[in-house]
Amino acid sequence: MKILVPVKRVVDYNVKVRVKSDNSGVELAGVKMSINPFDEIAVEEAVRLREAGTATEVVAVSCGTTASQETLRNALAMGADRAVLVETDAELQPLAVAKLLKAVAEREQPQMVICGKQAIDDDANQTGQMLAALMGWPQATFASKVVVNGDVVSVTREIDGGLETVELKMPALVTADLRLNEPRYATLPNIMKAKKKPLDVLAAAELGVDFAPRLRHVRHAEPAARKGGVKVADVAELVNKLRNEAKVI
Amino acid sequence: MKTLVIAEHDNSRLATATLNAVTAAARFGGEVDLLLAGHGCDAVAAQAQALAGVTRVLKVDAAHYAEPLVENLAVLVQRVVSEGGYRAVLAGASSFGKNLSPRVAALLDVAAVSDVVAISAPGRYERPIYAGNVMVSVESDQTVDVLTVRTTAFDAVVDGGSAALEALAAGPDLALSRVIGRELSKSERPELGDAAIVVSGGRGLGSGENYHRLLEPLADALGAALGASRAAVDAGFVPNDYQVGQTGKIVAPGLYVAVGISGAIQHLAGMKDSKVIVAINKDPDAPIFQVADYGLVADLFDAVPALTSSL
Repeated sequence: MKILVPVKRVVDYNVKVRVKSDNSGVELAGVKMSINPFDEIAVEEAVRLREAGTATEVVAVSCGTTASQETLRNALAMGADRAVLVETDAELQPLAVAKLLKAVAEREQPQMVICGKQAIDDDANQTGQMLAALMGWPQATFASKVVVNGDVVSVTREIDGGLETVELKMPALVTADLRLNEPRYATLPNIMKAKKKPLDVLAAAELGVDFAPRLRHVRHAEPAARKGGVKVADVAELVNKLRNEAKVI
Repeated sequence: MKTLVIAEHDNSRLATATLNAVTAAARFGGEVDLLLAGHGCDAVAAQAQALAGVTRVLKVDAAHYAEPLVENLAVLVQRVVSEGGYRAVLAGASSFGKNLSPRVAALLDVAAVSDVVAISAPGRYERPIYAGNVMVSVESDQTVDVLTVRTTAFDAVVDGGSAALEALAAGPDLALSRVIGRELSKSERPELGDAAIVVSGGRGLGSGENYHRLLEPLADALGAALGASRAAVDAGFVPNDYQVGQTGKIVAPGLYVAVGISGAIQHLAGMKDSKVIVAINKDPDAPIFQVADYGLVADLFDAVPALTSSL
């Protein structure tokens, strides 16, 4: 079984993002970029399935600029076998990424796609569901456990108020939530090895897909800043303020 | 102009996220229809008909809608939207809505807009990105927009309506998936994501044992859910699902009590929309105090038991 794992290059989660002064977007110049944390979990899960003998090959795929090769090398260092970059400098929105991934999936014919549940930049939480729809595949979002059993996969999902387990006919798409696993750190030998693993580059424009943006992001702004309040002297004053001033207890 | 709200329910009652979504749909200024796909869901239909501002309840009753299987639902919604000429399809940004809406959008070949917090006109939306650190204004000229709406941004609609009830034919049963188990948490404590009060602990607690010994009684006294910073999760005090922050849960309770949490950016991103924030930390320079309404500079090992016993 082959598993395809889409990964995205995003602003590192420790970076405090700043809005550009003309409100046209977020300042990315000189900002530390990393693999999207949820995608890292997806890679880890796919690699574990291969290590367990359930999967035979893990292919990482990213859509974006040539800088995304770095993100793919990261996935390779974690254990993915090879990588595909769908290269374009154009702005890509989730529907466009789903269409590009579909084109890759049609070439690669995976039995499973495991994605992160959302990217921590646009927080859209859409691409996996859209790809599943375009492929006509079943989907299990927000996975905390994945068990492959012959031609079905049972996935425990984090839903509001608890857990739900669904069984999907494969081929199927799974999106990874936080609790699915704890991704390994890439070791130096594996980082070195990753440099030699195959990384194919496809031009997005040659995949015959309409990836033009559908939405305009016209203005970015920082939300109203929260003002710090007062310091209280002791627990008694705190309780008094919460009861009588804030009226929250 | 008409909008369609997709009802989230368990065949006995509507989820509150749907009540928020109806309010959001009303911002479009036209008729609001509610699509209710279920099985044996007459009670839900009656509840939906009574909602203020709903014009029609479109009920689709079939055995293969007994569970909210997203593959079957998405195909049904696609058909209803295409036939009905809706300007927008809305659902609450709950796990149900987030699972379903993008799938519907892709079938309709349109972009989806997630976690909408404001609708100023049809095609004019505002939503948070970067875990709420940036707000972006989104414009769409699509014939139909598919939205999930952040439930904390729109009030729940109240009763007072008398919508018409129409039965629609079921869509196909694709039989691609089935639900084989559901385990709703039976904790005495509220769910972290929608609790009115959250008590959260950080690395300052020192150990998992201290976390449980100090924070559980406080949470019990307040009727609060328990959360944690990433540092506390990384240190193994509590499991991953306690994590509040950019890569964890985003919460906006009425009261958030941060205990021994320094206030890293990634944590603040997950809780800074809380109505009232209390911080207890012995470091007076901790960044958490910059967002806290009430800061108590104190040793948490003294302050927390004192707080618990005075409630």
